Amino acid sequence: MRHIRLAHQMFIPGTLIGPFTQANPGLGGVCTFVGEVRYDQGVEALELTHYEPLTLPGMHELADRAFARFDLMGLLMVHRVGLMRPGEPIVCVSAAALHRRDCIDAVDFCMDHLKSAAWFWKREKRGGQWHWIEPRAQDAADLARWQG
Amino acid sequence: MATIVLLGKLADLADAPSIALPLPRSAGLDWEGLKAALPTPLAEALDDPRVRVAVNGALLPDKMKLQANAGDEIALLPPVSGG
Repeated sequence: MRHIRLAHQMFIPGTLIGPFTQANPGLGGVCTFVGEVRYDQGVEALELTHYEPLTLPGMHELADRAFARFDLMGLLMVHRVGLMRPGEPIVCVSAAALHRRDCIDAVDFCMDHLKSAAWFWKREKRGGQWHWIEPRAQDAADLARWQG
Repeated sequence: MATIVLLGKLADLADAPSIALPLPRSAGLDWEGLKAALPTPLAEALDDPRVRVAVNGALLPDKMKLQANAGDEIALLPPVSGG
């Protein structure tokens, strides 16, 4: 079962996991990660923009790579775009597999790529001013874990 | 006319998420032509090697070899955010 989409409105990750689990009968394990907008000091809002022709196709390519790399039964990847407030979910990735290592590693793999190589641009509002978030060295290091 | 789509902070440099670039139907647009047609701060930002370009949704392996025509959508893509 493969469920990959962009969410333009707030979603509730808990409501995704039950149906996803049900859709993969016979699984041995499910691993789910939910990322939320942090209550960082002074952050009032986070806005994610995307580019329609690249962003969702890029997520599907990432899912293809996860299926090729890990022994998966199902993969769910839901990513928000638009304006979010602290505490709101940004991303939910869930993987189902016969064995735990495949689903845990697949979620880790997808998250590292979503964070640093997917077509999203983020800016945060602090003190009434918007600031673009720049790539960090840590993101490149996270990605390098999966290369070679 | 070609449509220039500006992502991330490149949109701030133009004060708009997109620019409609007048382009005669018979004329093509190359990389230097594109930069010459854009506001200077935006054109300068495009020299950053991390800025990628897509034409009609397809990423160019080498943006300097841009060849676009009237009706095309040219997306200018700064590095994606981490965090």
